[in-house]
Amino acid sequence: MTALITVLPLVLVLWHLINAGTKALDLAFFTQTPKPVGEPGGGIANAIVGSFMIVAMASLFGVPVGILGAAFLSEYAPPKLRNIVRFTSDTLNGVPSIVWGILAYALIVVTMGRFSAIAGAVALAFIMIPLVMRTTEEMLNTVPSTYKEAGLALGIPKWKTTLFITLPLVKNGIVTGVLLAVARVFGETAPLLFTAFGNQFWNFNPTQPTAALPLQIFAYAISPYEDWHRQAWAGALVLLVFVLGVNVTIRIATNQVSTKE
Amino acid sequence: MITVQMPQDLTSVDKELLTITPIKSPQTAIQVRDLNVWFGNHHVLKNVSIDIPEKAVTAIIGPSGCGKSTFLRSLNRLHDLQPNARVTGQVRLFGDDIYGPKADPTLLRRRIGMVFQKSNPFPHMSIEENVLIGLRLTGVKNQAFLKKRLEQALKMAALWDEVKDRLHASATSLSGGQQQRLCIARAIAVEPKVLLMDEPASALDPLATAKIEDLIQDLKQQFTIVIVTHNMQQAARASDYTAFFYMGELIEFGPTKDIFTKPKNKKTEDYITGRFG
Repeated sequence: MTALITVLPLVLVLWHLINAGTKALDLAFFTQTPKPVGEPGGGIANAIVGSFMIVAMASLFGVPVGILGAAFLSEYAPPKLRNIVRFTSDTLNGVPSIVWGILAYALIVVTMGRFSAIAGAVALAFIMIPLVMRTTEEMLNTVPSTYKEAGLALGIPKWKTTLFITLPLVKNGIVTGVLLAVARVFGETAPLLFTAFGNQFWNFNPTQPTAALPLQIFAYAISPYEDWHRQAWAGALVLLVFVLGVNVTIRIATNQVSTKE
Repeated sequence: MITVQMPQDLTSVDKELLTITPIKSPQTAIQVRDLNVWFGNHHVLKNVSIDIPEKAVTAIIGPSGCGKSTFLRSLNRLHDLQPNARVTGQVRLFGDDIYGPKADPTLLRRRIGMVFQKSNPFPHMSIEENVLIGLRLTGVKNQAFLKKRLEQALKMAALWDEVKDRLHASATSLSGGQQQRLCIARAIAVEPKVLLMDEPASALDPLATAKIEDLIQDLKQQFTIVIVTHNMQQAARASDYTAFFYMGELIEFGPTKDIFTKPKNKKTEDYITGRFG
């Protein structure tokens, strides 16, 4: 019964999404930019590309910081500092994502004087850092000390032992954590509202306002036009399929790894 | 020290014979004076003084918890990793004070290799990568040199013939005994002077153990070996000198033959005859 109650909403949402979303799904949806209001057709190709661009940049900022932060915490930091950072990072994890949008707005948008993909990426990176850091740290803590000692006993400096022996040892776990973080921020809308802002046209310049899939869905969904509503549903379906795809990939990959060992 | 003037008219074969003839060397490799180690309030090693001879096998025996592993780890400063460890006294490796103010544990560990109780090749690396990792991460880039050293180290560890056709296979595809010999190859690839072994055969079957013991006999031509062992027969078979530790103190140290046939101390006698431990 409880299982049914939990699964039912999910199935209903999926069913409705597929039902409503597939109506607007065609080749143009993936290849064209939005048409002006009133003109039928058009697509959200620029938003899909924009999303990938912003998330890729966010990963570029957030993943190294998260991984190196975790390496520092697990291998170098005194226990007291470790607890403080862990607590802070857990708290940051619970901060509403729009707060990160405001922070990126204050830091980047105000300084640059305009909305940009970079600002959006920074906002998303703030969300990714604690996620990546936590999973990486947990993975590092699973490494038996005998491997670290073996590295040090060879006369390898500690930082190299950490970077080139310990971290690669848990590479799979870290990749999983990174992919989960990517899937999480890919659907984030709030932090992008006043950072990446959105754009009706192609844009590949990271210092300019850029379209993103969740932003496009948001803009279309609150619009008064029937045609745009349909496209919003289709966009939501694409987003869901992507996030689902990443999660399933992680599942299969981790299963394969664990059966191999 | 006596210097021997080599006559100029020797043939190259004679010269080779001269260099490979094992010379019983009384030279000290590691000189330990009044070494004390604490972990927090626990006094693990008490006033240990010992001269470990060069190019010989020195076995460290004693009951569990007597400080033999700590002693071994104090020689390459691996116990430094424990935040509550404290050391007093002196350890000199070929004259250099390894606890001196200018001593760098990282550089020290390049001169003292270590083989651990449970074989621990890096599971995410191939056989080749395992052997070469120490050189690569300490800045050696010359491919020809690395290749030469790979073969050399694996041959010295008596593993070359078994793995030469699958150097790129995962290290974990090897058997337990092979993995331990791979760890030995990894340790000697960086050309240390001393090799520390912490019960290297305790997790292996008798056949693999015998191979490791044979290997130790070959390796002592080039390295000073300090081996911790639980196995009295192994100490008797494989070592030239034996040190008996009890409750953190060095009770007796001397040529293995003497320790096992005419121990001077009652505790040593009790231990090697199996009356306790």
